[in-house]
Amino acid sequence: MKNSGVYVSDITAAAGNKKAGSINKKAYTADMKPICSAQAAGNAKSHTHADSIYESRESGTSFKRQAYIRLMTVLMWLCAGITCALVIFMVGYVLAKGLPNVTWELLSTKPSYLSDSIGILPDILNTLYIVLASLIIVLPLGVGAAVYLTEYAKDKRLVGVIEYAAETLSGIPSIIYGLVGMMFFCRFMGMQTSLLAGALTLVIMNLPTIMRTTQESLKTVPQSYREGAFGLGAGKWRVIRTVVLPNCVDGIITGCILATGRILGESAALLFTAGFAHAVNGVIDGLKSAGATLTVALYVYAKEQGEFEVAFAIAAILMLLTLVLNIAATLVSVYFKKRRSY
Amino acid sequence: MKNKNQAFENFVHGIFLILGLITVGCVLLITVYLVIAGIPALREIGLIKFLFGKTWASTAAEPQYGILPFILTSVYGTAGAIVLGVPIGFMTAVFLAKMAPAKIRSIVEEAVSLLAGIPSVVYGLVGMLVLVPGIRSIFHIPDGSSLLAAIIVLAIMILPSIIKVSLTALEAVPKEYEDASLALGATPVETYFKVSVPAAKSGIAAAVVLGVGRAIGEAMAVMMVSGNVPNMPGLFQSVRFLTTAVASEMSYSAGLQRQALFSIALVLFLFIMLINATLNFLMKREKDN
Repeated sequence: MKNSGVYVSDITAAAGNKKAGSINKKAYTADMKPICSAQAAGNAKSHTHADSIYESRESGTSFKRQAYIRLMTVLMWLCAGITCALVIFMVGYVLAKGLPNVTWELLSTKPSYLSDSIGILPDILNTLYIVLASLIIVLPLGVGAAVYLTEYAKDKRLVGVIEYAAETLSGIPSIIYGLVGMMFFCRFMGMQTSLLAGALTLVIMNLPTIMRTTQESLKTVPQSYREGAFGLGAGKWRVIRTVVLPNCVDGIITGCILATGRILGESAALLFTAGFAHAVNGVIDGLKSAGATLTVALYVYAKEQGEFEVAFAIAAILMLLTLVLNIAATLVSVYFKKRRSY
Repeated sequence: MKNKNQAFENFVHGIFLILGLITVGCVLLITVYLVIAGIPALREIGLIKFLFGKTWASTAAEPQYGILPFILTSVYGTAGAIVLGVPIGFMTAVFLAKMAPAKIRSIVEEAVSLLAGIPSVVYGLVGMLVLVPGIRSIFHIPDGSSLLAAIIVLAIMILPSIIKVSLTALEAVPKEYEDASLALGATPVETYFKVSVPAAKSGIAAAVVLGVGRAIGEAMAVMMVSGNVPNMPGLFQSVRFLTTAVASEMSYSAGLQRQALFSIALVLFLFIMLINATLNFLMKREKDN
């Protein structure tokens, strides 16, 4: 699962995500051992041969059918081409426009009216603080909820309710989170507009993501591990702590990467909860005071101040971070898949 | 000793139960807050006048709060994004699931994930500097910030969701169905579209509904390209969506105007809940299949 999951993961996961799917498949072949896998290998091998049979079949079909086949094939290639072109354009355009504007001065200073210069150091720090604060809070909550659902919950209806709530949360638009965050954290809890209020809002947003990825990976921990530990006389908590949790690290890491991506990209929810100040602060002071993250700063510079060069520089940085997170997610899933197959 | 252990286990169980219930608590919190904050303005303005009023003039001497332009813009904008985005996303998904060689497939899938990870303000920025001037010069209109620009940006933004979910659904079609179709004399392409796609139809429907949810909830990218004037929607008009209506006035609003913004959020929330329920229903059906 990649960074994409930032948005899609929760739903794909519900439909049986790629990872779970492949694991199911593995279990399936393992059950029917050699025969099935031999067959699968045979299928794969004969595929090229079969393709040529179908090609010769195409020449024997009526004109109308041939036209349909051609049309659909062309459309499929065309649409896949459009999708790829879009990605290449977005990445290429942003990097080409933005990277030349990324200077050390921009990265290491704060905006100054005196010298009429713009620096994004405060925004980088704010982003860092908000990512860290959100992850630290959301991890125990999300993992705990997942553990409850897979290890403890016996009441099917309660599980259904909790999962439905998680689905609902992942479908709510970020602007609504922003509003509720503003009303609840900033006003009701008296935090004012601050990074902490923003981080807490993001915690609610990312709860379903962490919960889902952990849950998927908890489901793949073999039941026999648990039974073995129970058989040795361990209590439930001990089993969870020593057997179950260490075996779902991959889900937790994937969840962290997805959540980080989502936090990096979030702007609407932070506009009214974290504000748009550009002051350089330490962690504690930073969390207590208002501050713009990179995305919010991008919005303000582009839309309100017309500073497109700075906006593009930030966009390029965000794009690079997105790339890095995507690669990290792929590497993590490859690494753990390999480790699991032993 | 045993009792103590038991008590400890119960304690841990209780803690996990609370953690599990947090999501439910969050949903309740959001719902309650939105309803409480949204009702007063509805009372004062009147539900019908609010929902079907054609003029939004919140800062005028005699303020008018009609959100029909926003509702229609959101509906048209979403519909446009679906019309543009779904065919492309759907065809790409079929291509990836059935036709693409493994190597191309993994590259395109990476690319799609990247598209999903790009922050919405970056889409907004590129839209502002590429789409908006482009539309202005192609269609010779004074300002390119329009519903059309928003539709194009939204269509691109919902592509990854549509591709991913349709892909998962198409993958789940049992191979026997396709084998049977091939054995009966259909060509592979015919099989994909006449057997695999119908078999995956509730998953693909879920993808579309998910796209609707994403499009209707998007705020920042749309705010940067749509011009943000509360007009009745027209393709080349500068328009304001439900989401952007909330975002653009929130920072300086007060009194009834602010309450009206919360009511807009409530309307948006109801739309989303409806979409979520549909999505959930479709996913469940897909799972049962």
